[in-house]
Amino acid sequence: MCGTCGCHVIKIEQKILAINDETADINRTHFVDNDILTINLMSSPGSGKTTLLERTIREIGRPVAVVEGDQETPLDAERIRRTGCPVVQINTGAGCHLEAGMLAGALDDLKPAPGSLLFVENVGNLICPSLFDLGEKYRVVILSVTEGADKPLKYPHVFAIADLVLLNKVDLLPYVDFDPLECRRHLAAVNPRADLLPISATRGDNLADWYDWLN
Amino acid sequence: MHELALATSIAGAVCERAAGRPVRRVTVRVGALTAVVPEAMRFCFGLAVEGTVAEGAGLVIEHLPGTGHCRSCGDDFPLPDLILLCPCGSADVAVTSGRELQLVSMEVD
Repeated sequence: MCGTCGCHVIKIEQKILAINDETADINRTHFVDNDILTINLMSSPGSGKTTLLERTIREIGRPVAVVEGDQETPLDAERIRRTGCPVVQINTGAGCHLEAGMLAGALDDLKPAPGSLLFVENVGNLICPSLFDLGEKYRVVILSVTEGADKPLKYPHVFAIADLVLLNKVDLLPYVDFDPLECRRHLAAVNPRADLLPISATRGDNLADWYDWLN
Repeated sequence: MHELALATSIAGAVCERAAGRPVRRVTVRVGALTAVVPEAMRFCFGLAVEGTVAEGAGLVIEHLPGTGHCRSCGDDFPLPDLILLCPCGSADVAVTSGRELQLVSMEVD
């Protein structure tokens, strides 16, 4: 009891995101047990996540399943479904990120095959998704050359947790003011561990390196 | 607005432990490197506890500054942001605090 007002102080000392993290651990165990490699794909809206997935599904030569996170509409899931890949769409409504419980619910519907590669396309947002562990093995952040080389400094949290950063739309480099070396320096300032791989999901530049990384 | 998800999580844990008793105050610890905006957290907490035993409870936010440890020179130094650079010039830096998001305690009648 506190001496000032007589109220009872209850010590808690647990992580605010304890429930999310416990659910993420359950997801992770499920992935390990079933040999499913899960990638949490994060970026700002319009960086080319879905285009990259459409091409990856066609070319990687192993089973792929996809969970699509968007605030509204099933449009991205329909694009993925047209490739013949199993997909579940999560619409977060007012939510700006996916949480481990949402992914657990999607897995019940999706039932990815053992041995498959599971892409979780997070809501297009460079801030909120970085706080929420989903149980993934790797976090991949996509940055496109139309967005500006200083993005890693402006949104350091998501770049700080990335295992790999894909620099997409390099086919547009002749038309935009973007210095890949400057971008690489900025990324190293917040995350010295993450590689920066320049790609073009439409033209195909360096996608073989992306597939090698996944395999 | 990830603060709404955090506030909902806090409200859930607090109400479960309160077991029906009115909650007067909740204390959380938030590291400076977590991308959490205290004003937004407070606003969302007010919404998250509406209609629960914690409605009207105060939210105390203990701020924890960011600190880094340099693996090159061995120095510990303040880290105001996620630019991992030691004053000695090395970028081989480990974040030692500032990423905490902890529910510390609560006060009930």
